Amino acid sequence: MFKIIRRKQLNDSVVLMDIDAPFIAKKADAGQFVIVRADEYSERIPLTIADFDREKGTVTIIFQTIGGSTMSLAALKEGEAIRDVVGPLGMATEYEPNLKKVAVIGGGVGCAIAYPQAKKLHNMGVDVQLIAGFRTKDIIILEDEMKSESTDLHICTDDGSYGYHGFVTDKLKELIDAGANFDEVIAIGPVPMMKFICKVTEPYNIKTIVSLNPIMIDGTGMCGGCRVRVGGEIKYACVDGPDFDGHKVDFNELVRRNSTYNEAEKQHVCRLMGGAANG
Amino acid sequence: MADMRLDKVPIAEQEPEVRAKNFKEVTLGYSLEKAVREAMRCLNCKNKPCMSGCPVGVRIPEFIAKVAEGDMEAAYEIIKTTNSLPAVCGRVCPQENQCEGKCVRGIKGEPVGIGRLERFVADYMRGKEPEVVLPEPNGHKVAIIGAGPSGLTAAGDLAKLGYEVTVFEAFHTAGGVLMYGIPEFRLPKTIVQHEIDNLTKMGVKIMTNMVIGKVLSVDELFEMGYEAVFVGSGAGLPRFMGIDGEGLIGVYSANEYLTRINLMKAYKKEYATPIMKSQKVAVVGGGNVAMDAARSALRIGAKKVYVVYRRSLDELPARKEEVHHAMEEGVEFLTLNNPVELLGDDNGRVRAMVCRKMELGEPDESGRRSPVAVEGSDYELDVDTIIMAIGTSPNPLIRNTTPGLDVNKRGCLIVDDTEATTKKGVYAGGDAVTGAATVILAMGAGKKAAAAIDAYIKNISEEE
Ligand SMILES: Cc1cc2nc3c(=O)[nH]c(=O)nc-3n(C[C@H](O)[C@H](O)[C@H](O)COP(=O)(O)OP(=O)(O)OC[C@H]3O[C@@H](n4cnc5c(N)ncnc54)[C@H](O)[C@@H]3O)c2cc1C
Ligand SMILES: Cc1cc2nc3c(=O)[nH]c(=O)nc-3n(C[C@H](O)[C@H](O)[C@H](O)COP(=O)(O)OP(=O)(O)OC[C@H]3O[C@@H](n4cnc5c(N)ncnc54)[C@H](O)[C@@H]3O)c2cc1C
Ligand code: SF4
Ligand code: SF4
Ligand code: FES
Repeated sequence: MFKIIRRKQLNDSVVLMDIDAPFIAKKADAGQFVIVRADEYSERIPLTIADFDREKGTVTIIFQTIGGSTMSLAALKEGEAIRDVVGPLGMATEYEPNLKKVAVIGGGVGCAIAYPQAKKLHNMGVDVQLIAGFRTKDIIILEDEMKSESTDLHICTDDGSYGYHGFVTDKLKELIDAGANFDEVIAIGPVPMMKFICKVTEPYNIKTIVSLNPIMIDGTGMCGGCRVRVGGEIKYACVDGPDFDGHKVDFNELVRRNSTYNEAEKQHVCRLMGGAANG
Repeated sequence: MADMRLDKVPIAEQEPEVRAKNFKEVTLGYSLEKAVREAMRCLNCKNKPCMSGCPVGVRIPEFIAKVAEGDMEAAYEIIKTTNSLPAVCGRVCPQENQCEGKCVRGIKGEPVGIGRLERFVADYMRGKEPEVVLPEPNGHKVAIIGAGPSGLTAAGDLAKLGYEVTVFEAFHTAGGVLMYGIPEFRLPKTIVQHEIDNLTKMGVKIMTNMVIGKVLSVDELFEMGYEAVFVGSGAGLPRFMGIDGEGLIGVYSANEYLTRINLMKAYKKEYATPIMKSQKVAVVGGGNVAMDAARSALRIGAKKVYVVYRRSLDELPARKEEVHHAMEEGVEFLTLNNPVELLGDDNGRVRAMVCRKMELGEPDESGRRSPVAVEGSDYELDVDTIIMAIGTSPNPLIRNTTPGLDVNKRGCLIVDDTEATTKKGVYAGGDAVTGAATVILAMGAGKKAAAAIDAYIKNISEEE
């Protein structure tokens, strides 16, 4: 059992938790994730290690409640415990040695996953241009944290209610065209966002790292469920990733495979909400 | 006087039509009276041919004699001296190639039902097992990686010798393949859990959610004061065929399919785990894993389940009983068939498998007749789900994070005849060493390694 030391609601649907997991905290690094099982009946779901404190022995997760298992997790209160937390899984993000300027892009809850990468690069002395995209002002998360771990923070909203009015792709293109000269772009968020970021950077030949989110079970390479196609080859996101060269990823296959259980999951949420949910 | 009836005393089973729709155990087991009757068929042969067929040397005629006398406690004691998981082995050993394959009664008629008797004794004694008297702790610590049959056996033997044993298991549940692979209808999970509980009662500490190579390395285990490490991490990496269409929705590895069902309990309403509601399923392969996947698919609700295997029925590597049970339940065997491509619909969901017919050619070096494709025989098999059960290999995680640990070209850990690896103080056994094999071989390796670890630690502590 893994005790929840702190629980904070970041917006209507995004929750932050600091979890007591000293073994994991000791080894965790940016880019890695844990797999959690809220209780005996929940699925095993992967969540990025958004932050960690080796001294206190805690790891932080930030997640959006979108379905049954994230709802069960969100229902746990401070002081209660998560049944299973396993990690740190996946490869830590590897950075080229001579990075000078990097654009780190987060979309929605993806900002929680982008944040530790920004922090690490920032600590390495790299010029970090953090582009964070949200649908609207009310759901902005981690603004202060992102601000302090970047050179410049560019918040974008789809509806223009805060910061830059437009998509993260538009902002990125603007910065590139204004001569930003990025050595690398790191994009984390919904699959369509990552796909379009890659479309933006491709003509400029800027190396683009994306963090993939296929369906996982074990996170150690034993189920093959998380397989993705990268550069024509089959890779297991849990052990070979989750970070990959975005210009080589077959995003269409990833979108398809992630929809495997859409019908089943809808029914599951309905059951959890006593039939009250409608989608 | 032995009972000279040619056939085994029949064992009660759920009816095929009934059991194909539930996850309850298929074989119900012997009653006391039937067990005693079957035990009477044993001739108590002087040279014990059956024993030579058992990888751990269960003293078969001796325990069977006790069953015939009705003394189950004594029978249990005899079995337990060499086999720590009789309830499991009695159910899943490929007896026809092992103990029963060597039984003289099998020359004319059926062999003695050794597996059934072993299972009976273990089931009969469950909950009535004599308390294990542990020696004083000897002050030495051993770490076991993996809570499958090899790791659990090593852990039990070492605990009995007074060691402080910690098992590190990657999953949230101990048991290895016994929990995540072999389905409930063949090996009820309460039986496996009971064996694990017995180990924890003996003081074995089991730490789940610990992926060694990630959260701790083997070298760090030594730094933490463990004097020896046993690697029993199995052969969990699934193979795919590398043909077109394996990225379609509805293509599973057997590992994923079975893990969702067995470990994550997708067949139980109260669990959140999703599984596809398949109508027509093709399972590729011919081993126990393929049989388990096929029969699980039926139970999940598939109307039609095919086993697609490239050799003939005679070469099917699965336990005979499982093949027989699968056929009774309505699984259709497409032998001498090989998938060459998987086809999808506009939404990227599997709609068919292109199969190529095979015929058996000349025997190869191994003496087996290898399958040869029949030109122009391709046809489409309509299915919505495909489960690949064509083999597994050891996970590279531990060897990649442990300097000094050598593997062969198949990725299996190299050990000497005491199960010692190329790294000092590290022992290994089970599927991690042999590649996918059997429960009983994994247990045998765990046993041997425990003895070697004991000798090794005694030796280094004397030197100090
Ligand atoms: C490496 C990795 C890191 C992630 N990090 C975060 C994070 O930091 N914060 C966050 O909010 N989300 C993160 N996710 C996504 C998160 O795992 C899913 O949102 C979660 O599993 C949804 O579960 P659910 O039951 O609530 O929703 P469901 O209704 O079950 O599913 C909604 C969607 O989530 C995805 N999903 C479902 N089950 C799984 C599963 N077992 N594994 C992966 N994806 C699944 C599918 O695409 C599905 O369509 C990450 C995913 C991966 C692979
Ligand atoms: C579906 C199926 C059906 C089978 N049917 C039969 C049968 O009928 N009869 C028979 O004799 N055999 C059968 N087998 C084979 C048999 O189950 C295996 O040979 C046996 O379980 C091997 O035991 P093991 O202890 O070596 O490994 P496993 O049982 O594979 O256990 C290894 C354990 O190590 C854990 N692990 C792996 N890596 C790490 C790590 N890095 N850190 C911590 N823990 C780790 C795994 O999670 C697992 O729990 C079957 C196998 C399968 C998959
Ligand atoms: S352990 Fe297996 S091979 Fe040995 S006697 Fe028992 S069933 Fe037969
Ligand atoms: S070979 Fe068969 S009959 Fe002979 S002792 Fe063994 S089990 Fe009994
Ligand atoms: S999650 Fe199972 S192989 Fe990656």
